[in-house]
Amino acid sequence: MKNIELQKTISDMSFIQPELKYDYTALEPYIDARTMEIHYTKHHAGYTNNLNKAIEGTELDGKTIEEVLSVVSKFPAAVRNNAGGFYNHNLYWEVMQPGGSSEPKGELADAINSAFGSLDAFKDVFSKAAATRFGSGWAWLIKDGNELKVESTPNQDNPLMDVSDVKGTPILGIDVWEHAYYLNYQNRRPEYIEAFWKVINWDEVDRRFKG
Amino acid sequence: MAFELPKLPYALDALEPHISKKTLEFHYGKHHQGYVTKLNGLIPGSPFENADLEEIIKKSEGGIFNNGAQVWNHTFYFFQLSGSPKTAPEGALKSAIERDFGSLESFKEKFSNAAATLFGSGWAWLVKNADGKLEIIQTANAGNPLREGKTPLLTCDVWEHAYYLDKQNLRPTYIEEFWRVLDWGVVESRF
Repeated sequence: MKNIELQKTISDMSFIQPELKYDYTALEPYIDARTMEIHYTKHHAGYTNNLNKAIEGTELDGKTIEEVLSVVSKFPAAVRNNAGGFYNHNLYWEVMQPGGSSEPKGELADAINSAFGSLDAFKDVFSKAAATRFGSGWAWLIKDGNELKVESTPNQDNPLMDVSDVKGTPILGIDVWEHAYYLNYQNRRPEYIEAFWKVINWDEVDRRFKG
Repeated sequence: MAFELPKLPYALDALEPHISKKTLEFHYGKHHQGYVTKLNGLIPGSPFENADLEEIIKKSEGGIFNNGAQVWNHTFYFFQLSGSPKTAPEGALKSAIERDFGSLESFKEKFSNAAATLFGSGWAWLVKNADGKLEIIQTANAGNPLREGKTPLLTCDVWEHAYYLDKQNLRPTYIEEFWRVLDWGVVESRF
């Protein structure tokens, strides 16, 4: 999030959509280029623009995105929806990478084994949370104190929001809004979730775990 | 009692170019069918073994509600669409719309706005309240107005699966196309 903070201060205090670190084609065949382009340039850009409109002239102007998320209950729904959409997609692009998934290592691997039994058992729990979230939303791997857990949230909510039933720091997240997979997978959400496991940037998950 | 997917009163390509055959193949053939199949899997052994969909919508929770209401909602949605629709309401419905919304155009604008601004997955509805007054409401996910004692007259599905293959992120464009295939004759019969 440091880059976002820096960009924020030099750009008249509004949030800037972070640049993608890979091309739209980079995650194919798991996530197709057309989905990437529309998801990034329309949906994510839309949340960013609407977030800036929603906080302009309010006391939220100049706050970090984490600060905004922590007080969404006190503001109109546009703040909750768009701040969530901005933060969640930032995380989503960063926890994916081209060239195949890495593997969790060290303390993160230990924490996953300790919480879920094994990496495969964790993936099963996470995949089930993603597949069974009814409607639009996200499934998360969350760090809550020293504990790891899997949860899901509706729409663009996330565990950093004061309105969220589930609390903690998200270190891995999957978007299960239909716009994340419909062009490529249509109604077959489980196939999209399977594909997601092929493009995980575990180094980034580890960075968030240690952060 | 197992539920069945109702047969559509038109061909899958009948709503083109407004709603594509491909969208209907998935929306009707996969999503609607999927809700029927899942509902039938959940009902045996539940308190709803002999219930109809309305009772399920009014009384159930969780997976039975989600799948039961989605079966009802999709049937209600598909059966009000037509490739050769009646393009405006007449008679008592027309009068009620003008009474409660000013004009048909004003109603369509308000309804379109409700459909465009429902955040996430859900439905926009025109309903008749117990006192006869018409109202526009939004419901999230599988939500259905029968649960609140309101009578649904027309609905627009704004789950992304209803329009993403045709319009992607452009939900307002889908809503404009929706008006072109809405059969007001069906809405009149519900009123």
